[in-house]
Amino acid sequence: MNWLDVLSGAVEQALGPQAMIYCLAAIGLNIHFGYTGLLNFGQAAFMMVGGYAVGALVQTWEQNLWLSILVGLLAAVLLALVLGVPTLRLRADYLAIATIAAAEAVRQVLGAASLNDQFGGQDGRFGFADDMKSLNPIEPGGVHFGPIDFRSYDFFIMIVGWSLALLLCGVIFLMMRSPWGRVLKGIREDEDAVRSLGKNVYFYKMQSLILGGVIGAAAGIMSGLATDNVAPSDFATDTTFFVYTVLLIGGAARVFGPVAGAVIFWFFLNGLDLFFDKATHDNLIPDWIMTSDQASLMRLIVLGLVLMLLMIYRPQGIFGDRRELAIDGR
Amino acid sequence: MAAETQSVTAPGQTKENAILVADNVVRTFGGLRAVDVEHFEIERGKITALIGPNGAGKTTFFNLLTGFDKPDTGAWTFNGESLSGVAPYRVARKGMVRTFQLTKVLSRLTVIENMRLGATGQRGEKLLSSVFAPLWRDQERSNTKRAEDLLERFKLDAKRDDFAGSLSGGQRKLLEMARALMVDPELIMLDEPMAGVNPALKQSLLGHVKSLRDEGRTVLFVEHDMDMVRDISDWVVVMAQGKIVAEGPPDDVMADPAVVDAYLGAHHDTELSFEDEAKIVAEAEAEIEAEIAETEEQS
Ligand SMILES: Nc1ncnc2c1ncn2[C@@H]1O[C@H](COP(=O)(O)OP(=O)(O)OP(=O)(O)O)[C@@H](O)[C@H]1O
Ligand SMILES: [Mg+2]
Repeated sequence: MNWLDVLSGAVEQALGPQAMIYCLAAIGLNIHFGYTGLLNFGQAAFMMVGGYAVGALVQTWEQNLWLSILVGLLAAVLLALVLGVPTLRLRADYLAIATIAAAEAVRQVLGAASLNDQFGGQDGRFGFADDMKSLNPIEPGGVHFGPIDFRSYDFFIMIVGWSLALLLCGVIFLMMRSPWGRVLKGIREDEDAVRSLGKNVYFYKMQSLILGGVIGAAAGIMSGLATDNVAPSDFATDTTFFVYTVLLIGGAARVFGPVAGAVIFWFFLNGLDLFFDKATHDNLIPDWIMTSDQASLMRLIVLGLVLMLLMIYRPQGIFGDRRELAIDGR
Repeated sequence: MAAETQSVTAPGQTKENAILVADNVVRTFGGLRAVDVEHFEIERGKITALIGPNGAGKTTFFNLLTGFDKPDTGAWTFNGESLSGVAPYRVARKGMVRTFQLTKVLSRLTVIENMRLGATGQRGEKLLSSVFAPLWRDQERSNTKRAEDLLERFKLDAKRDDFAGSLSGGQRKLLEMARALMVDPELIMLDEPMAGVNPALKQSLLGHVKSLRDEGRTVLFVEHDMDMVRDISDWVVVMAQGKIVAEGPPDDVMADPAVVDAYLGAHHDTELSFEDEAKIVAEAEAEIEAEIAETEEQS
């Protein structure tokens, strides 16, 4: 492996299916957290509900894939209602607590051994994406841009996923520029003020939770389609925190924040991994500092450090508005 | 007649044409009866001032009437419609809009966006029509026009495109008042609208408040500045320790011993000068004497 491989490996990840999935999830979370100020710490649950609806309906109950995708999106609506109805009237922290608990509950239930026949326990569901694979028009050899390679089906998924992400960005741009988006942003700033002007805050928060949740489910579905597998470990709590990281890197309440954030996040996450791997193998970093086995942990350490620096020196994210920063202190 | 013997500043008087009528509104915080109002009416098309020492329960009463807080007991109607238990946003939609003592501007929205948010019946506030700008663009334009006129009136036109979070304390008060007017309320309830506004602007704002009345709106406002109260209000209601202790025309109320008590008894925290105090006491004494003479005459 040479240094170019490190770079191309990082780029492949930055544009690959993983980045696209986290981008979609962050677009949904941006509606919650960025625009409405809803503290949803259970975006992974929305992703899981979507992914599992598709996986289980197709593999266990032998339903049509496309119908299952629709059901997956509707399942997210249901989850949003279950989470939102009791908590959205209360203070913001209650939603945070409810979502973080719900995410864990959903994961425990869907991964439970006693539901092995339906959801496949810790192995989850697989082999349900055949209909999607059959649509793949990319030649089987995959695509190559210089040193950058993508497998055929991966590239197909990327095209579909990134197109969906850009489409959603466009729609969200239109929505957030409209009076509807203004109400959401008003709620983020001070919901009592918005109430005093005659807006049904609860209703708007519900719409926001549903919309962002459905987009989260779409991310989960894409994740299932990309790997032809859904498993509980794909939707653990750290998934939600990675999604938050993606959102904050790009800048909350920025239309393209999730896109930029996902690309940057995955570029560095994989780039750092490859870098430290190569550096330890080549003995650029001597063994007494770090062995190649330990190198794989470095990426998370460095990323955490970078995130801290970002939050200190650029809390509005890379594309955030500097003017907004001056206000936050008050 | 009973009404004759009742003092002109007795609390809980009925009004000829009341826009708001409240009965037995009680709100306790632990052992404290923060609001304990037996009967309260607001005359339509008039400027009513609600005064009282700090902690009298004025803000709490505002919160109750507008649905932001729930009373222990009590009922009230607005334009004859019961408002007890009605959600704050519905109260606002019915035409009763309040501002907050601690201003609530939407910091990371621009001043003009703050204003536009106030407009009611916006087609673009529906989820599905939000994406299709042509459905709401005309309405948005006319709302913007109205917002700009109001901003000019409140001397905020230069701040149009600044974030509301960058405004000074006084400017925030102005923005909040202007924004409330965007709702086009029938009754506007202002909680200390002039606190922190400079004297020169205050004068012109007083003019605006009066013009609200001339437009046919009803104004209820809380204020500690007695000169302002005397200057613009048609009617003054005095609260102390949760209760309404007196109400009447400004001059009569300020001469009422109950009011003097409320302010000078337990609480020495208003801005009355020595001359004012002496005058009020003298007036109060004169009034008491007059009353005694009056009752003697009648009997
Ligand atoms: N949320 C609350 N919890 C407990 N006590 C409260 C609460 N809100 C108000 N109070 C108490 O109720 C009383 C009335 O408060 P309120 O804010 O209504 O007074 P106010 O007349 O508006 O005073 P000011 O002129 O200082 O604004 C005070 O004694 C206050 O301490
Ligand atoms: Mg108050």
